[in-house]
Amino acid sequence: MTAPQQQKLKVKGPVVITANRLRDGAVVYRTAENRWSTAIDDAAVATTAEQAKALLASAAGDGIAAVDPYVAPVELGPDRRVLPGNLRERIRVHGPTFELPGI
Amino acid sequence: MYRYDDFDERLVTERVAEFRDQVKRRLAGELTEDEFKPLRLMNGVYLQLHAYMLRIAIPYGTLSSQQLRMLAHVARKYDKGYGHFTTRQNIQFHWIKLEELPDAMADLASVKMHGMQTSGNCIRNITTDQWAAVARSEVEDPRVWGEILRQWSTLHPEFSFLPRKFKIAITAANHDRAAIKVHDVGLRLHRNEDGEAGFEVLVGGGLGRTAFIGKTIKPFLPKRHLLSYLEAVMRVYNQFGRRDNIYKARIKILVHELGAEAFAKEVEAEWEKLKDSALALDDTSIAEIARRFIYPEYDASPGDDQSELNATLAANPKFETWYKNSVARHRVAGYEIVTISLKPEGKTPGDATAEQMNAIADLADRYSFGEIRVGHEQNLCLPNVRQRDLFELWRGLDEIGVATPNVNLISDIIACPGLDYCSLANARSIPVAQEITRRFRDLDRARGLGRLHINISGCINACGHHHVGHIGILGVEKNGEEFYQITLGGRADEKAELGELIGPAVPYGDVVDVVEDIVETYLELRANPKEIFLETVSRVGIEPFKERVYAAR
Repeated sequence: MTAPQQQKLKVKGPVVITANRLRDGAVVYRTAENRWSTAIDDAAVATTAEQAKALLASAAGDGIAAVDPYVAPVELGPDRRVLPGNLRERIRVHGPTFELPGI
Repeated sequence: MYRYDDFDERLVTERVAEFRDQVKRRLAGELTEDEFKPLRLMNGVYLQLHAYMLRIAIPYGTLSSQQLRMLAHVARKYDKGYGHFTTRQNIQFHWIKLEELPDAMADLASVKMHGMQTSGNCIRNITTDQWAAVARSEVEDPRVWGEILRQWSTLHPEFSFLPRKFKIAITAANHDRAAIKVHDVGLRLHRNEDGEAGFEVLVGGGLGRTAFIGKTIKPFLPKRHLLSYLEAVMRVYNQFGRRDNIYKARIKILVHELGAEAFAKEVEAEWEKLKDSALALDDTSIAEIARRFIYPEYDASPGDDQSELNATLAANPKFETWYKNSVARHRVAGYEIVTISLKPEGKTPGDATAEQMNAIADLADRYSFGEIRVGHEQNLCLPNVRQRDLFELWRGLDEIGVATPNVNLISDIIACPGLDYCSLANARSIPVAQEITRRFRDLDRARGLGRLHINISGCINACGHHHVGHIGILGVEKNGEEFYQITLGGRADEKAELGELIGPAVPYGDVVDVVEDIVETYLELRANPKEIFLETVSRVGIEPFKERVYAAR
């Protein structure tokens, strides 16, 4: 699979900028305040390529806090909650789809 | 077990110090990710979906109990309490934190373990038969040659920036348990007509996007020439291998495009220059390395009383089932080889918890000279168990959930981590494997199906070796949904073949039913109960299976 970082930027619906936190690899989202949050609900949602590009540029400039930012699709819930837009992103939010051993 | 020397100890310790400094500089912002990434990859550190992953080499699949306890310690202290044994005799920890990695690596270095050669475009961890030195048909211990290759290839400056990764596997037995025909280089140690031991050298095997079975370019290579000949292979690859396209950079593409014969000629020409160089191995240096392997002091007294074992088996049907499935004949009378199934029903193939690792280490100390082996099938093995200890060992294994008698059966599935962990994956592998094990939880039924290997990969990179599964399952993505292609008839042994695709991919929810359809078709078509699945597929072809699978969908 071509990693999302290598894919052409296409914005067909709401998207957010996501990455992995440098120090521990945790999944993080870019906020409207140009910070990183581990909560997808805190993510700044873009709906145009221009907005997404601007958010991505700001995220990419912050290479110390997070690694390999990319644009990820999301869905907006009825209560405006931000939900992951595909299986990969659901797994990144909720973890593996089975019970982990030893837990 | 191989005893590492001071040089190895220094090498591993220095590498930890070097990596600690690199991590410190990265966290301080002195190194960019572009600068840091190749450095972390040289130490087996990947970034996956949710976290960093640390891959640790288990050279030629041999672990001491002390090393296994250390892996348990790393699992508990730095990860989520478990580790994942891979298809290349490595172990992975999937939840490691970058800031803690140097400490984890220092702990591993204390037992001479590391992540070198588990990533990057170098010669990777050398793999071999998990039954090395105990298999009955073996010419000699292939791990000695694995160690010679490890010493030659570790940090070899000429081979640290190859066009792509490079995997070498060795077998010295009649039956290939190391899958040598699907490696970049496969080495088969055998005897020629004069009784001399040497290597058949195969090149250009591999799975992934373009799968090939390796071709023999040297039917018999005297042992003393192993390094010079392989150096010649590497030089030809380094010179002619493509660097402009990652998908065409493996040696298999070069061998395919050039032709095995032309490739062999290039190697021979290069080898002529190297043959009598310092790379030629003399008997003394081979013997020095062989001497550093410690072999068990087997009890020379006659084998155990078989009648006692028979009585125990008769009195304990559960033990008998396990014995028939998971215990194999050893080359020394009175000893047995025990496979430990890491494939319990509904669990992740190849995963072991810290508690299980510690318990297995204790059992290895008690019953197998403190040695554990790791197989590419993602199971473990205790290679030297006294026959009279089998019952107690089985009780110990059963207590910790690693005595499922399903070795080589339909639920002994090889699966990559897939989309649940891996950033390259298109689809999940583990839940598919888990569901299949649930569907075929009835072990009487599984035994009735006989030898049947299912291999699952979550993407075309084929870490689950799906091409060589008797039933191969490959996850693909279609419009955001998971689909799975099914192949039949693959095998990874001495008669290695690539499976044949039966038709269009099926959705996630159908995979287990498709496997059931295939299995039912096999039961209807097999000539007799002794004809295994592969033989039936080979005899009747894929058409009847295809018809059955797609008629229902």
